[in-house]
Amino acid sequence: MDLFQKLTILSDAAKYDAACTSSGVDRSGGTDGIGNAQACGICHSFAADGRCISLLKVLLSNACVYNCQYCVNRVTNDTPRATFTARELADLTIQFYRRNYIEGLFLSSGILKNPDYTCEQMTEVLRILRQEYKFYGYIHVKAIPGADPLLIERMALLADRMSVNIELPSEQSLTTLAPNKSRPAILGPMRQIRDGISQNQTDIVRSRHAPKLAPAGQSTQMITGATPETDFQILRLSEALYKKYSLKRVFFSAYMPVVESALLPSLDTRPPLLREHRLYQADWLLRFYGFKAREILDEAHPNFNPFLDPKCNWAIHHMELFPVEINTASYEMLLRVPGIGVRSAKRIVSARRTGSLDLAALKKIGVVLKRAQYFITCRGKLPDAARLRSENMIRAVLSDRAAAMLGLPQGEQLSLFHDPGMLTREDVLQCLTGEL
Amino acid sequence: MSDRRTVAAYQYDGSFDGLLCCVFESFLHKEQPLDILPEGAEQFPLCPPKVIETDRKKAQRVAASIPKKISPLAAEWVRGGFLSCAPHRELLLLEFLRKGYRTGPQVTRMMQDETVAALFRAVQFLENEAHLLKGFLRFVERNGVLTAVIDPKNFVLPLLAPHFAGRLPRETFLIYDRSHGMALLHRQGELRIVPAGGIEFTPENDTEREYQRLWKQFYDTIAIEGRQNPKCRMTHCPRRYWQNMTELCGEIFAPLSQKSLKNPADSGIMEEKHRRISAGKAAVYDLHTESRCARDSGAHARS
Ligand code: SF4
Repeated sequence: MDLFQKLTILSDAAKYDAACTSSGVDRSGGTDGIGNAQACGICHSFAADGRCISLLKVLLSNACVYNCQYCVNRVTNDTPRATFTARELADLTIQFYRRNYIEGLFLSSGILKNPDYTCEQMTEVLRILRQEYKFYGYIHVKAIPGADPLLIERMALLADRMSVNIELPSEQSLTTLAPNKSRPAILGPMRQIRDGISQNQTDIVRSRHAPKLAPAGQSTQMITGATPETDFQILRLSEALYKKYSLKRVFFSAYMPVVESALLPSLDTRPPLLREHRLYQADWLLRFYGFKAREILDEAHPNFNPFLDPKCNWAIHHMELFPVEINTASYEMLLRVPGIGVRSAKRIVSARRTGSLDLAALKKIGVVLKRAQYFITCRGKLPDAARLRSENMIRAVLSDRAAAMLGLPQGEQLSLFHDPGMLTREDVLQCLTGEL
Repeated sequence: MSDRRTVAAYQYDGSFDGLLCCVFESFLHKEQPLDILPEGAEQFPLCPPKVIETDRKKAQRVAASIPKKISPLAAEWVRGGFLSCAPHRELLLLEFLRKGYRTGPQVTRMMQDETVAALFRAVQFLENEAHLLKGFLRFVERNGVLTAVIDPKNFVLPLLAPHFAGRLPRETFLIYDRSHGMALLHRQGELRIVPAGGIEFTPENDTEREYQRLWKQFYDTIAIEGRQNPKCRMTHCPRRYWQNMTELCGEIFAPLSQKSLKNPADSGIMEEKHRRISAGKAAVYDLHTESRCARDSGAHARS
């Protein structure tokens, strides 16, 4: 099989993996080799589906001996198989890198023979890159659950980021759908990387040249929609992962049925994209906006509101806290205003030091008022739009996606009041109208 | 402002030092030029411009005073503004410096002020374009030399130079900025930016073509079928970069969307020197950080 065919099969097999960012390490290259890494991350292209392409994302092999129900590469599925040699893949990476196609390599693999053997083969690719080519570019590698901890450590020492997929949101789902994998086998390497990283941090004090173990930290990914867990359970799990395993990112991926299995949603099930989108929004709130999982969802409301993003949803349930005065509100409170993001909040805080801000000034510094206007005052005054057209608020806080789902033209002034039956969550509307 | 006399346009040699001398001149004589133009710029002045000689000493005095009297950040902005494609950027910088000397380090926070906001946007646009090109630029190997062509609106070569030199220390490479007629050359650790016009490259060999084919195949394979999102792709990777991108140049003749038809600046090569992008347009690049469509998903093949 030639390289072209291998690349086709093995990139096709890897493309559903969500965790593909190159950010997190800043490292200048040596003059003896090739490459460096930039903390801010660089996108080299955008695929036809709109996703950023930054790394050469491939499997080393898809000839897997495991039998995870949700995976096309499982041993019982009839699909073309391919395996790169370590040298082939290392050379391809270097040639792509020289031409500025990529930031580095994102390497994962099916289980070739057994976990140890797989881990060794992957490590060999990394070794050639780092030691022979003196490649200082970015490498993200997937740890192989069940491989010997020593092998995992060797691999982590050569990588920038290592991750272990948590796969499914609960142990029970894992046992049913991925019989060869277990929670402990997944959490083992995760703990190892965490401890390795903190060990490293103390090491560095002693020797600047201590080899660093996965300096960019670790991330994980889980499939949503294949198993019955609620959004609240998933969010709680990610919160715990951030805390306990100091993860950098948790990625969610909406389950897309590819194989017939009695244990899985039927083949015609659409991937729950909106749900995945909401999970990412909530994830932002956890990581950058100071929210706790419990503020976003709870036992009584275990699933996301399909029509409102989690922040708006929180805000309209806490209207007693609004409107906030732009010129005096704390940074933390500004972050909680729908429509104001981290960047806008920072700009407001910085700009108001040179003088109090009015509406025009807000616009000038780039704050988008479409949503925010209903939740703020400027020098004590409510923006006009908010006073005059309160029904627009509904359209304004509804995400574009939700509006599209309801069949509403985008960006128009609309009143949903005449037909509340359209919504399944009338309580949201009542809450809105009650407050205004 | 009443203490400033309005005078004819200044003309300078197009260098950064030259511009600083214009600033010096304007402060010294308390005068406000109608415009500040580089030598050779097309112009229709009502009266002939006043030619400002470049004097390194004067330029250095101004350069040194900016970080001291205003702030190091302001000095960075002035450098960036000079490389930017803001309309009448020289006048904008003069006005910014005037305000800066008056207000001090605060000035870079005065986003309510038109001048400050316009310069801020110009610098952001420059940095953003340089950042995009760090990713979108494509090298083609010809006889062992890596060559690339770019058509940027801002003069980004000085920003790209340290990036690619740090990344490819052992390579010989050439980046040709077609819109400004300049090229960045790197050989054995040495970097130079030189004037260049109408460079014609030799055709690439089979090995090079094979890597391009592999890359194109990877690009086509990695997209998830049934999730085409042309709008999102265009937002993140504006069409004007496509012509120089191995994997996208083939798609450039696909029908333009209505939006880009309305916006001639986004299609095709820019005629340089008369780049007149409104400041408002530049702002588009600076708004959303938390993009909604750059979301990943799908679930079937993993390990
Ligand atoms: S281990 Fe499971 S998820 Fe990974 S390739 Fe094999 S079958 Fe697929």
